[in-house]
Amino acid sequence: MTKLERNDRLVRLSLLMIALSAISVLAIITVFIFEQGTPIMFRYGFRSFLLGQDWYPSEKSFGLLPMIVGSLMVTFGALLIGVPLGLASAIFLTEFSHRRLARILKPVIELLAGIPSVVYGFIGLMFLVPFIRDKFGGPGLSVLAASVILGIMILPTVISIAIDSIRAVPDSYREGSIALGATRWQTVRMVVLPAARSGIIAGIILGMGRAIGETMAVIMVAGNAADIPGSILAPVRTLTSNIALEMAYASGEHREALFATGVILFIIIMILNTIANLTSARQRKK
Amino acid sequence: MKQRGILVRDFSHYYGQTRSLNKINLDVYRNEILGIIGPARSGKSTFLACLNRLNDLIPGSRVEGKILVDDRDIYGPEVDVVALRRKLGMVFATPVPLPLTIYENIVFGVRLLGNNNRRELDLLVEDSLQKAGLWNEVKDRLHSSALKLSGGQQQRLCIARVLALKPQYIMLDEPTSGLDPISTMKIEDSLRSLKKDFTIILVTNNTKQAARVADRTAFFLMGELVEIDETPVVFTRPSDRRTEAYLEGKFG
Repeated sequence: MTKLERNDRLVRLSLLMIALSAISVLAIITVFIFEQGTPIMFRYGFRSFLLGQDWYPSEKSFGLLPMIVGSLMVTFGALLIGVPLGLASAIFLTEFSHRRLARILKPVIELLAGIPSVVYGFIGLMFLVPFIRDKFGGPGLSVLAASVILGIMILPTVISIAIDSIRAVPDSYREGSIALGATRWQTVRMVVLPAARSGIIAGIILGMGRAIGETMAVIMVAGNAADIPGSILAPVRTLTSNIALEMAYASGEHREALFATGVILFIIIMILNTIANLTSARQRKK
Repeated sequence: MKQRGILVRDFSHYYGQTRSLNKINLDVYRNEILGIIGPARSGKSTFLACLNRLNDLIPGSRVEGKILVDDRDIYGPEVDVVALRRKLGMVFATPVPLPLTIYENIVFGVRLLGNNNRRELDLLVEDSLQKAGLWNEVKDRLHSSALKLSGGQQQRLCIARVLALKPQYIMLDEPTSGLDPISTMKIEDSLRSLKKDFTIILVTNNTKQAARVADRTAFFLMGELVEIDETPVVFTRPSDRRTEAYLEGKFG
């Protein structure tokens, strides 16, 4: 073996070690969550966790359904607000605006991702919550407030990934379409967006991951009542909030139940990710 | 006397400060194949882009002079650019099927006009593919992705796609530059048979191709039209020494 080949092998080996250590940290966390959270689920039964509507840890009642519904509602609401806004911004910045404007605005949008979530939550609490209370009624602390805040928080992710994938569509597609007599908008709708679809979906998945995992901002504006919300103006508690709110004083089975919350969160995220990946894979095959 | 379809008069084009075409004067006759030859960056492709106003897409693009297509100034104030682009169909150097099925690629332009009649579209697809010489190769997989076709097939698909728009002019920008000799031959065959229904402008950097298929040939050099004449004349006794030098391979 020459010196160069040996060198090459050394580099490969050390990179492998580094990669493995990163992955093993993730694996260890996963194992730990499941190890801490599943025993109690077996003890009380999965049904009582998934479908139980009452969360009274002091009375050994650990129903997580309100939080599961809450997380899904808030995440869905965030996507409903964030995806159309984000997509429209990305389309405007890539296809219709002046190049210079896009060059300035894209970094600004990405900067939004750097604002700490507690700041988003604070702004929501100060302005959005009173606004909802005055205009629509209810306590203001609500599904709606959390959805709007989360919708804004996922914008940078959705926009910047959508921009990148729209830009990655070869100009020859646009030229080809326009040479066939399509207008700019027809070109975007019929050629550019379908070609950029898998990237755009990836952006939405990442945004969804951010929305379902976000905790601080949600706690501040959602009201956190552990009940299934009756309307979008009712308060809501998410799975992540449930853990964050109670971890400070939980012990014994209560503590285990919070880990079980983590397990369910984990599974939900896995399911959503798989669905999203499958749809984008199927779209691509077409 | 042949009918004139396109008249170009003192036409110049600029990219910002750079002049890319300088006072071009030429006519395109109906139902002829006009070959345009010249070295890289001589303005051939820009000239095509100016004919259907694809140059509009390039920031800083500016024109002087006139181009009349069927007696109408295409840079005039009341021109419908979309209609113009349908009238002068364009085939690019690299085949760019849209990321759709073969069928959808061909009906793309027609669907834009709002025609969704299944029977008409089916007929149109068959007719266009026949004319482009691709029908027999793809008739069994019209609904699979166009991106799976070979390079030569993709290019003929692009020609079929343009034909589906029922244009009057077909402009091809080095359509065979990335293709093997057999695909090239098939495309040249299609062009010869298309001549009776269409007027064809063929930009090519392969002078032999112009000699094979063009009725008349124009030689562009550094944004100027050096000469234009019947193809045999240009190739056997060119009137300009630069043409002679280029054809002999002395530069370019």
